[in-house]
Amino acid sequence: MNSGARGRILNIQRYSLHDGPGLRTTVFLKGCPLDCAWCHNPESQDPAPELVRNEARCVDCGSCLEPAAAGDAPGAAEACPTGARSLLGRDLTVAEVVEEVLRDRPFFDQSGGGATLSGGEPLLQAAFAAELLGALRAQGVHTALDTCGLAPWEDLARAAREADLVLYDLKHMDDAAHQRWTGAGNGPILANLEALARIHRRIWIRIPLVPGINDGEANLEATARFLSGLPAVERLHLLPYHATGAPKFARLGRPLPAEDLRPPSSGEVERAAAIFQSHGIAAGVNP
Amino acid sequence: MNERTSRLRRESLDAVPSLTPERALLVTAFHREHIGRHPVPVMRALAFLHVCRHKEVWIGEGELVVGERGPRPKAVPTFPELTCHSAEDLRILDSRPLTSYRIPPGMIEAYEREVIPWWTGRSLRDQIFEALPPEWHAAYGAGVFTEFMEQRAPGHTVLDGKIYGKGLRDFQADIQASLRALDYALDPEAVDKRAQLEAMHIACDALILLAERHAEEAERQAAAHPDPARRAELGTIARVCRRVPAHAPRDFQEALQYYWFCHLAVITELNGWDAFSPGHLDQHLLPFYREGLAEGTLTEAGARELLECFFVKFNNHTAPPKVGVTAAESGTYTDFANLNLAGLLPDGSDGSNELTHLLLDIIDDMHLLQPSSNVQVSRKTPDAVVRHALKVIRSGWGFPSLFNADAVVEEQLRQGKTLEDARAGGCSGCVEVGAFGKEAYILTGYFNLSKMLELALHDGLDPRTGIQLGPRTGAPGELRDFEAVMAAFEAQTRHFLDIKIRGNQVIERLYATRMPAPFLSVLTDDCILRGRDYNAGGARYNNTFIQAVGIGSVTDALAALKAEVLDKGRDLPAFMATLDADFRDQETLRLRLVSKAPKYGNDDPAADDIMVRVFRFLFGAIDGRPNGKGGAYRLEMLPTTCHVYFGSVCLASADGRRAGEPLSEGISPVQGADRRGPTAVLRSAAKMDHVKTGGTLLNMKFTPSLLAGEEGIDRLHHLVRTYFRLDGHHVQFNVVTADRLREAQREPEKHRDLIVRVAGYSDYFCDLGPELQEEIIRRTEHEAF
Repeated sequence: MNSGARGRILNIQRYSLHDGPGLRTTVFLKGCPLDCAWCHNPESQDPAPELVRNEARCVDCGSCLEPAAAGDAPGAAEACPTGARSLLGRDLTVAEVVEEVLRDRPFFDQSGGGATLSGGEPLLQAAFAAELLGALRAQGVHTALDTCGLAPWEDLARAAREADLVLYDLKHMDDAAHQRWTGAGNGPILANLEALARIHRRIWIRIPLVPGINDGEANLEATARFLSGLPAVERLHLLPYHATGAPKFARLGRPLPAEDLRPPSSGEVERAAAIFQSHGIAAGVNP
Repeated sequence: MNERTSRLRRESLDAVPSLTPERALLVTAFHREHIGRHPVPVMRALAFLHVCRHKEVWIGEGELVVGERGPRPKAVPTFPELTCHSAEDLRILDSRPLTSYRIPPGMIEAYEREVIPWWTGRSLRDQIFEALPPEWHAAYGAGVFTEFMEQRAPGHTVLDGKIYGKGLRDFQADIQASLRALDYALDPEAVDKRAQLEAMHIACDALILLAERHAEEAERQAAAHPDPARRAELGTIARVCRRVPAHAPRDFQEALQYYWFCHLAVITELNGWDAFSPGHLDQHLLPFYREGLAEGTLTEAGARELLECFFVKFNNHTAPPKVGVTAAESGTYTDFANLNLAGLLPDGSDGSNELTHLLLDIIDDMHLLQPSSNVQVSRKTPDAVVRHALKVIRSGWGFPSLFNADAVVEEQLRQGKTLEDARAGGCSGCVEVGAFGKEAYILTGYFNLSKMLELALHDGLDPRTGIQLGPRTGAPGELRDFEAVMAAFEAQTRHFLDIKIRGNQVIERLYATRMPAPFLSVLTDDCILRGRDYNAGGARYNNTFIQAVGIGSVTDALAALKAEVLDKGRDLPAFMATLDADFRDQETLRLRLVSKAPKYGNDDPAADDIMVRVFRFLFGAIDGRPNGKGGAYRLEMLPTTCHVYFGSVCLASADGRRAGEPLSEGISPVQGADRRGPTAVLRSAAKMDHVKTGGTLLNMKFTPSLLAGEEGIDRLHHLVRTYFRLDGHHVQFNVVTADRLREAQREPEKHRDLIVRVAGYSDYFCDLGPELQEEIIRRTEHEAF
């Protein structure tokens, strides 16, 4: 079962509260096929390891300058005394990740929680993702897969079979808008979701709510109509846009993809939720 | 709160703590006249009777539960027979900026004229200091350990349910039976036991007399009172005070008043640490509550009002003032009375009931400094009770704290108590475990773990003073590897534990022979049966605790030494020179140690394994050693505020802590060192075998947004239940934003009511010293997760 293959891990986050039921540990895999303008985890997009610099922690000691200039990213991160310089992306085996996840098993047992694979997009490392989910499940851990849906169907199907729950992101029903704001069209994403709904019984839809981009009534109506045809969709969560991603672009040395994004007001969130409610879909809101 | 109780609460909050010479003058006058006429226990009991006969009686307007230790609320008496304050001490208490006590006009003069001349050289503190050897004084002076009993009496004790079915006249009958059973031919201690039992009998008379005097005062006030409703209340008070404590209580009000008289007696007879506590109040009051409701003599609102009046009495009783090092280790007005809620019944079933919820509502509503409160959470405790407690915690008062009732039972079974006694026990003070009404569980002082490592790394020399304080265990150049460092650390620790325990045996014998507590002995099984005092091994169980401080700091320092110095082949003497220079010109190295060395609290074996190793060593070095009362020494992991004092006597440490900064508190990680969230902290903390301790203290801080809504309560509930499943002993939560604390620092006058959890107890933020304020702000805010 265990191939010994390594996955590129961005972070293993314990006490994760919004990635499925109960208290969870979320394994963030690095690399994503989308490039969403509102991304709150831009460091998860590039599959390659990245050397980043956290301004707030930097004390200008200069320790990292020499190795960084020589292109030695691990050396630069190691040289930094404060952790301001860090190298994102560790290559870990399934066994190593499982060991880390199992540390919080008593909290999973008590709270009905478990492990969630997220990213980035876990299906960019499909074989690893499926193997990891299978290995966690074999330990009796509740598993969830958090995906943007843009992946070959076989990859999605294989991973989803090892997941007790699939968290599936929907960004926009309009193909052109999807293309414009995420860098890819929505055709395969919608098709995958319809196919998934035929083979999986527990799907939670997650919609980032970004004012001016996908919160228009027409888009939300279209989303609701699409979802009401999918009985396997158990829940829907709205994720109001928040600006925590902005400083991370700076740390990566990247320009902000969209300058004028703003969080929705609580009234806007309620209005969006009401649209889904009117189609018989209960919409929760993740803070 | 209704109008009455919110006014009484306000008056209690507004009352300014002051000292009163009343008790000191009465006790001094009595001793001057009677010295040498009676055996020591009888002398103590007669002095107590003298105080009860002559002290001023106070009944405040609108009060329903009556009795003050001093002549009015927050007027704190002194105990010169234990510690005789000097005129200078009194002036400092009056003028110091924090936890000051107003000194009334004439007190200093009266002290200089009457009290100081008599007690100088005679007070127990003077005798203790004279009896202790020079090495004890050197270690004490260097901040290696503190000593609880050098200025306050052994206490830390809690009442069980025995008073609710028995009046003091019944206890006197038991005392007479014990007296009759003495065998003067075969028992060489019979004469001593007779004196002890006679003293207990006198102490009961003393409290009955004090209650009678309250009845008289109530009648006097009633005769002159214009309001007929108040006249009726005063009439009831007089009736209640004539019934209890002489006889068993018959209703809710009598039960509360009876406990309160016992409380006053215990804290007037001596000034024992942690005052006194009623134990499982919800369980003890339940029969009176249900019967009152069933008979129509009590309503829920009426019970609530009485309980609120009862709470105000606790808050009126400011801790007796400490001096010197003891003030630094415990700089607070709180006297650590601590209610136990929920938990188990002696038969092992769930002990929570409707009064648990009523009391939680009152705690939330009144949020007074005293009494503090805790909820004993067992596997059997309904989720609704825990969730209710968590909602009160979320209000940010810093209480109730939460204990693992199943672990508390297991800890006591390990110490050899019966199952029923263990279940009827619980926690008092900060986190200390005891068998209520049956145990003398004495805290003897804090022990500075970081200082042990500092001495180990300096060949026994105290680098702060240049004094060769400990044994020579190897210069840094000779400590080749981590095992050598551990060996030196353990050798230093053993050496100073021996000094501490040797000194403690002296102190315990002095208390046993010179400072008996006859009234507390009446209330503690099996003192009457054995004819022995609480302070002399009369209790059924006798444990003496040493409280280790700084397990997080010493773990991180050892882990950093291993990972960053020894394993990397760095030169230890050069590194020590850097520490001794407080990282001067080595800030980059310090930052690396802070952020890159392994830290306890992150579920990281590189640090946690060291914590477990240090804990096991301490346990082995302390647990089971015989104390002076037929019991044993035990280990506890709690700091009060001593981690600040202990940090101030340590130079910089290998984890990047600067010279003089506080140590970690309780078993919490070093402030700010936990970076992997609350589950990692709990996993790290649970690697310690809590069941082998007499209490551990874990402090966590959350900001309100993390706990919002039912979901926030769910999460906290899961954290608590999981930690307790892993045998964690205790956890407490500070729920407050750092911004709010900064605001309070800037404008203290606007935030006087801001209560924060310090370490096993809550205190007013603005009454804390600046270092402690800073530390509470720094403690990891889990907002980021």
